[in-house]
Amino acid sequence: MSSLAQSHLRETFELNIGPQHPATHGVLRIKVVMDGEYIDRAEPILGYIHRMHEKMGENRTWNQFWPNMGRLDYLSAMAYNHCYAGLMERAAGIEVPERAEYIRVITAELNRIQSHLLGFGAYIMDLGGFTPLMYAMDEREQILDLLESVTGSRLTYCYFRFGGVYNDIDDDFITGTRAFLKRFRPQIPMYHKLVTGNAILMDRLIGVGPVSAEMCRKYGATGPVLRGSGVNYDIRRNEPYSVYPELDFDIPVYKECDSMARYMVRMDEMVQSCRIIENALNKLPEGPVMAEKVPKALKPPNGDYHYAVEAARGTFSMRTVSDGTNTSYRMRLRSPTYSNVSLFEEASRGMLLSDALAFLGSLDPVIPEMDR
Amino acid sequence: MDRAKIKRELENLAAESLPAEPPQEEAPVEVQAEAEGEDKAKAKAKKEDDAPRKNGLIETEYAKRGTHLDVQINPDQVVKAAEILDGEGMTLEMVTGVDWLKEGQLEVIYDYSYPGGQLFRVVVRARVDRNNPDIPTVCHLYGGANWHERETWEMLGINFVGHPQLEHFLLPEDADFYPLRKDFKS
Amino acid sequence: MNELIRLLSYMICIAAFLGLNLAYLGWVERKGAGHIQRRTGPKDVGPYGLLQPLADGLKLMSKQLIVPANADRPLYMCAPILTMVPAVLLFVAIPFGEHLVPREFNFGLLMMFAFASVGGMSILIGGWGSGNKYSLIAGARAVSQNVAYEIPMLITAITIVMITGSMDLNEIVRQQGGFFWNWNVFRLDKSILMPVSFLVFFICSLAETNRTPFDMGECEGELVAGYHTEYGGMGFGLFMMAEYANLVIGCSLTTVLFLGGWQCPFGLFPGPHWFLLKMYFLIWCFVWIRWTYPRTTFWGLLNLSWKYLIPFSLVNLLLTALFIKVF
Repeated sequence: MSSLAQSHLRETFELNIGPQHPATHGVLRIKVVMDGEYIDRAEPILGYIHRMHEKMGENRTWNQFWPNMGRLDYLSAMAYNHCYAGLMERAAGIEVPERAEYIRVITAELNRIQSHLLGFGAYIMDLGGFTPLMYAMDEREQILDLLESVTGSRLTYCYFRFGGVYNDIDDDFITGTRAFLKRFRPQIPMYHKLVTGNAILMDRLIGVGPVSAEMCRKYGATGPVLRGSGVNYDIRRNEPYSVYPELDFDIPVYKECDSMARYMVRMDEMVQSCRIIENALNKLPEGPVMAEKVPKALKPPNGDYHYAVEAARGTFSMRTVSDGTNTSYRMRLRSPTYSNVSLFEEASRGMLLSDALAFLGSLDPVIPEMDR
Repeated sequence: MDRAKIKRELENLAAESLPAEPPQEEAPVEVQAEAEGEDKAKAKAKKEDDAPRKNGLIETEYAKRGTHLDVQINPDQVVKAAEILDGEGMTLEMVTGVDWLKEGQLEVIYDYSYPGGQLFRVVVRARVDRNNPDIPTVCHLYGGANWHERETWEMLGINFVGHPQLEHFLLPEDADFYPLRKDFKS
Repeated sequence: MNELIRLLSYMICIAAFLGLNLAYLGWVERKGAGHIQRRTGPKDVGPYGLLQPLADGLKLMSKQLIVPANADRPLYMCAPILTMVPAVLLFVAIPFGEHLVPREFNFGLLMMFAFASVGGMSILIGGWGSGNKYSLIAGARAVSQNVAYEIPMLITAITIVMITGSMDLNEIVRQQGGFFWNWNVFRLDKSILMPVSFLVFFICSLAETNRTPFDMGECEGELVAGYHTEYGGMGFGLFMMAEYANLVIGCSLTTVLFLGGWQCPFGLFPGPHWFLLKMYFLIWCFVWIRWTYPRTTFWGLLNLSWKYLIPFSLVNLLLTALFIKVF
């Protein structure tokens, strides 16, 4: 911060970034008190796309709540599906066939690549480079086509079921996924060549938006934000669910704590997701994709249940309180961006406006998921 | 992070939270393993259905519940619990509430997890009176609690005493209702 | 009388040339962006989307002009006009060919810089007059940017004046005749830093025309649309056209000062075609850069100018003076 910003000769003004603003990726509003180009205080204001999913959970039967899971984070809806499926299987004690678990992992990881691709493109677009978005969209489109062929929808998936998945994947999907991986793998080094090494980009990202590991812990930040702060924490490894323990992949961790580290974590995660998918395709067992004897009207026993998965943006966890009926007594959705963005106010203090927006982009917020 | 230490200190905390003169037939600390006989557990669950759960620490089975420790304490002890867990490097994953209309109580739930190598999840609960839902804030320990508490206040009307900014957040500014309360009619 | 007819016909020619350029540079940019981004760009209106500029123009012209309630009305209204005026005016001094120059001034270069700085002012007026905070920030940014980059640009231009001993643009071109090593960019005998100072001048003209990576005035994604956030219809259209007009001016000036203007690289058939060829190549470079690079920060932008470009151009000035004196 300059000495001018600290001196008493200051005149501040308020600036509303959003709810309609190109940098906020949706309807996030940030009330900024600016001192020239410096930020005195940036307070995120939420709720512009609040839909009260938690109340919906109390009003619908367990099965009727499925479509809501696709509408929280529209970019990595498969992970949310996974969490809900896992939660209810834990509550009702349903055993899932292995093939279904593998299919879940494959689709969820494809979804993660897709999410990170859009995150990458949109982030560079925030920084003024429009072209990478088009490159990313090109690849993303193929993933969406693949997922559409098996789930029937392009973004708001409702593919998982209690005890398995809705339908089996076919050979076209498998060969298509393999072909996609073959095509996509060399793209990432190309992105690095085109974008990451760019002097202007490095100037804008390196050292911008420092978030220490301690700060992440205090704010409950997870996902690439936490891993960009040097903490090796990934639910897929630390709290293994599904068949992740049997698959071979690394958790990318960067110690720099800046926007560049978070960006690099996302880029590396795409490579690791490719590994996971390839591995899972090789190990894919034969068999049914739905558990037998799953009751139509689920009535999990009384009590609290908790389940967490690693969504593209961090830990997504659900806590439900069941009272033994066919609806939930209380459904709590803990979305990762909600916690990630909550540290924005503290971390952005004293930043330049353009740096703060670069920092916000590196948190990769998805607003419908924050507001729920 | 020291699991044994957390368990011990939370156990002590739960013991302190019990009434000064505990009923003679009940043990001061209720340690209940889930691996108990099913019938027994069922009977217990049924019993708990009728009466609100008593303060105390339960070691839950991770595979069934998703948590390792489940402790219920008095509302004024949540800061102490947060201090213990903060000191051990745990992170506050979420704060939420449940409305127990029948019992006339509101429950505040704090989910803690450990962002390190080990897997350890702790749930801290506290029940407040529905007519006087005051509970101290843990904002000064966990910055992330700010938004979670604000949301819980907004949705359930639980008053976090000492919270810096208990204003409307997700709901419109003129919302004068608490949508997640069970007696809320839309 | 003859002179009057000559000037009148030049005026018409310039207006036509400008109109064509303003309309079709937009098309070129969109096609170029499409090419760079693995897509087609405009293709539906007319063959290869060639009628797209007309459609855009019609759309912009048929829109209602809305003046925001908070705006300073006179300033708001005059800013788009004010940004167009210097851009059009500057064409008067540009030598398209040896005899194809509307008006030969012996201080053409000076006039260029004098009027070019009005452009920055009109952005400030637009930003201030809109009564919008984003516009105001953008306007303030654009002015400090223009001031910061005019200095190295002017100092670099002075080295050219020292080499040629003239401020007449046509005279500067005439002295670069013969083969391409006589172009100012390759005049290593006058200053060994000449190619670098060409780069400096090029970067400065990027910044002066408010193009990515230096589009601090517009800054889409940060300041919504910068100084023209509140402008719709033809108000916005004029700002956009002025951007392209400035682009043409900037590239023309670079061509004239460094790349030998209408001179042929091999001394054969000099003429306006060479001038246009070089100018459009530079414009293509601008388009290319815009769709390749992300935006710098405002801070990085000013740092680049004050810490690198200005000291460098001063050193270059001294070196050139030394070379001219010694050799």
